[in-house]
Amino acid sequence: MLFACENVTRCYDGMPVVQDISLSLGQGGLVSLLGPSGVGKTTLFNVLAGLDVPDEGRVYLNGEEITGKAGRVSYMLQKDLLLPYRTVLDNVILPLVIRGEDKKTARDKARVHFEQFGLAGYEDKYPHQISGGMRQRAALLRTCMMDTPVLLLDEPFSALDAITKLQMHAWYLDIVEQLHLSTIFITHDVDEAVLLSDTVYILNGRPGRIAEAIDIEPPRPRAHDFSTSKAFAVYKRGILDALGL
Amino acid sequence: MKRKLKSITTKLSSWSLIIALLVIWQLVSTLGLVPDFMLPSPVNVVLAFIGDFGLLMENLWVTLYEALAGLALAVAASFVLAILMDLSGFLKRSVTPILTFTQTVPTIALAPLLLLWMGYGAAPKIVLVFITCFFPLTISLMGSFAQADGDAIRLLKTMGASRLQVYRYIKLPSALPAFFSGLRIAATYSVVGAVVGEWLGGNAGLGVYMIRVRKSYNFDKMFAVILLISILSIVLIKLVELLEYKAMPWRRKDKKRT
Repeated sequence: MLFACENVTRCYDGMPVVQDISLSLGQGGLVSLLGPSGVGKTTLFNVLAGLDVPDEGRVYLNGEEITGKAGRVSYMLQKDLLLPYRTVLDNVILPLVIRGEDKKTARDKARVHFEQFGLAGYEDKYPHQISGGMRQRAALLRTCMMDTPVLLLDEPFSALDAITKLQMHAWYLDIVEQLHLSTIFITHDVDEAVLLSDTVYILNGRPGRIAEAIDIEPPRPRAHDFSTSKAFAVYKRGILDALGL
Repeated sequence: MKRKLKSITTKLSSWSLIIALLVIWQLVSTLGLVPDFMLPSPVNVVLAFIGDFGLLMENLWVTLYEALAGLALAVAASFVLAILMDLSGFLKRSVTPILTFTQTVPTIALAPLLLLWMGYGAAPKIVLVFITCFFPLTISLMGSFAQADGDAIRLLKTMGASRLQVYRYIKLPSALPAFFSGLRIAATYSVVGAVVGEWLGGNAGLGVYMIRVRKSYNFDKMFAVILLISILSIVLIKLVELLEYKAMPWRRKDKKRT
């Protein structure tokens, strides 16, 4: 198992926000955490990213315990958080620069990926000069530049309009194949969860617990019409049932 | 072409009020409504400015030196203090009231004391400029450090950023806009601060010169000094704006649009 957490509980003011969460991610896997707002998804993510220490439980990467250690997995938020005063290229190389790499080599390293991320020709633009979809892709590229084995994406596509979102889904599935990424992502979009994931963990209740883990069987890459197939609808129903909807 | 013409006319109209006021002022003087020794005409002020040009420049350098030295010290100190206060909640809570208190002390009242302590040279003026400029700069820096995007800082930390790197990549650059608006205010304060310091005693400088010509009732020369002080302040503001433009290339496009 590439990445896992076991029995994680995190409390605030003595009240558990998330309780007894265990999940795992294999090499090249795509796993989603689905649940209503306020169920503690982001709290859990902060623990997984090592930004927060759980009251109970452990986090493992490649069998090594990394509980409370930041910088071991990449983390991306719903907001693209591109720094307005840095060009797209200089935003993307930020993880490398922070690690102490020379700016010029870092830029050369990042430039290679601009085509793939649909950002070619926009290297020297500032974030406010490019579209929402491009900003999100730039943020993803920056996340990939951290070059850690696991990506944690907190609602990566939720700020985008519906059509851009669909385009991003298709694109992301491609990128995952090409770059051999392993991803855990948070979403509250049921369609998105079924479309992208190998396993959907459903978080529900107060405190948030894993109500169910649903495997989406068809292996990736999936058929072009998967999202309009009968199997898709069955999975969707199953998830809605688990959410009590 | 038409557009250019329009921009010229709008510029003309914004200057027209000033020109009208100058004409009225000139008429009041030439018609003898107010005696010339009390209110010299604009033409006489300009003549005095030209006649005294050498002397004015000599004194200008003194004042400019005091203003810039005080301002530079204030900028350096404000960065240091703002960062320290941002790092330590205790320091912030304990220093903020003192800072506010220093702002309530009238500088005019403080100047004679400074003179008494430090003599007639440039030192008391530089200190006075420092005191007046320090506050707006520190407050603007501190405010923007505190408002820096917490999510962006968190993100940087997941990249393994040190505290220093958080300042370098997030807090300092995002404080620049507020810093420059603080600096613009401080730049004008710095000239006024230096002149006020000179009023109360000194050997050279525009303030000293001003007192001298006032005592000899050369009001045209006095107005010439006032004119020069205004020009100096405007030049400093323009310099700050140029610096601002150079320092923040990402804001240029936005400016053009508005």
